[in-house]
Amino acid sequence: MDLSKTFDKALWVFHMNSGSCNACDIEIVAAITPRYDAERFGIKLVGSPRHADVLLFTGPVTTKMKDRVLRVYEQTPNPKVVLIIGNCGDTTGVFFDSYAIEGPIDTLLPEDAHIIYVNGCPVRPENIINGVKEAWIYLEKLRGDDK
Amino acid sequence: MNFVLDWGIKFVLVLLISLIGIFLGLLYKGFDRKITAMMQSRIGPPLRQPFRDVKKLFMKETIIPDYAVPWLFNYAPIFALLPSLVALAYLPLGPFGPLMDGYGDLILLLYLLAIPAVAMAIGGLASGSPYATVGAQRELVLMMSYELPLAIAAVTLAYNYETFSVGVISSEPVWSTVGAMGFVGFALVLATLLAVMPGELSKVPFDQAEAETELAGGLFVEYSGRNLALFYIAEAVKMIFVGALLIALFFPYQLSTLIDPWISLGGPTIPLLEMGLWAMIADVAFFLVKLLVIIYVGVSVIRVAFARFQINKASYFYWVPMTIIGLLGTLLVVLERTGL
Repeated sequence: MDLSKTFDKALWVFHMNSGSCNACDIEIVAAITPRYDAERFGIKLVGSPRHADVLLFTGPVTTKMKDRVLRVYEQTPNPKVVLIIGNCGDTTGVFFDSYAIEGPIDTLLPEDAHIIYVNGCPVRPENIINGVKEAWIYLEKLRGDDK
Repeated sequence: MNFVLDWGIKFVLVLLISLIGIFLGLLYKGFDRKITAMMQSRIGPPLRQPFRDVKKLFMKETIIPDYAVPWLFNYAPIFALLPSLVALAYLPLGPFGPLMDGYGDLILLLYLLAIPAVAMAIGGLASGSPYATVGAQRELVLMMSYELPLAIAAVTLAYNYETFSVGVISSEPVWSTVGAMGFVGFALVLATLLAVMPGELSKVPFDQAEAETELAGGLFVEYSGRNLALFYIAEAVKMIFVGALLIALFFPYQLSTLIDPWISLGGPTIPLLEMGLWAMIADVAFFLVKLLVIIYVGVSVIRVAFARFQINKASYFYWVPMTIIGLLGTLLVVLERTGL
């Protein structure tokens, strides 16, 4: 994987609701409003996973969404980072042990996926921007491994 | 021998203009994003953000979908970029006249303006995605809509100067060639061209072909990595092309000649502007400022002020109101010229 600092500062984000209650999705939109303005860090919401560097998954994965989540993950060109937004994607949260849930996202994605967790129910916009900072630190570590 | 040398120099200059065009395109895209952000009371990305985006896209993996037609899919971004770069050689840029003056005229420029849209549509159709197909169809519909007002504007200018040559048209500003009625006519024609500009560049409110919220990126939905970067650059260079075309047709003023009347009225002379090199630098700077103003008015303000039209309403907007305004402008210019 060839990464550089430029990559950090131009993250394009694709957002996918994998069965959440929509609260985290609204907070993601709040992060690009004038109050938080994620675009000043070069972060841009894009409409297609083909354009994305970062995938935002919100929610536990419902049975119907499992194939779609995996397909969107595969459609995204490398190098890519996954940001799991909210408690649901991390632990399935309030939907724990439900018959309609396929489990936390990290159990479904391939083992070499780069995953960062952003917790909260729902996540605050500050925490989402903090999650992007965590992603930068993660990418820096990845670059260190390459050398 | 002279012939070979002449064309060799032209070849090098065309390459240079292409590189400058790409640089300016990305820089002005940065200005556009920053100004848009400031109008929305955001801080906005730094001016070099488009350069970062392009560098990042070249780092990414380039995926060619299974359902795509690979050679069309890969060549479409190149054919979207090249016409805009070629067109810069036929346009006067600041104090420099058109490099290829006499080899092409306004008609050629109109065709060069159409090729990127067609290439984008071909790329969309070749990517084998229903979203991209819908986007390509919308792009073609939009193209058929804005070509008519654009052609009316070009014909009006050609009628006024009795030539299609951009070099001749830009040698004298239109505003001083006509009287009051023609002035109003050309103001209407300029308004038509400014309305065509966002459609030509697929910016809001005429970005139905990309429409991220409905079509998930439309034409570009399957494009990634290098191909997407080429489209990104093509879009940026086309912005410079359209801006430079508008400047050449309507505002070919030079700073060094603009201050002549001021000096003749008794104003103090500016010594730097009378020396060749400094005059040239001042004219280049003036050209860049004009370009910024054109892009601010034609892209940024409209982008912030309007939401996306439905495709049928966008088509109607160009076919009926804009065509009528353009024809009215033509009528006034013709009336003035024929002395009625």
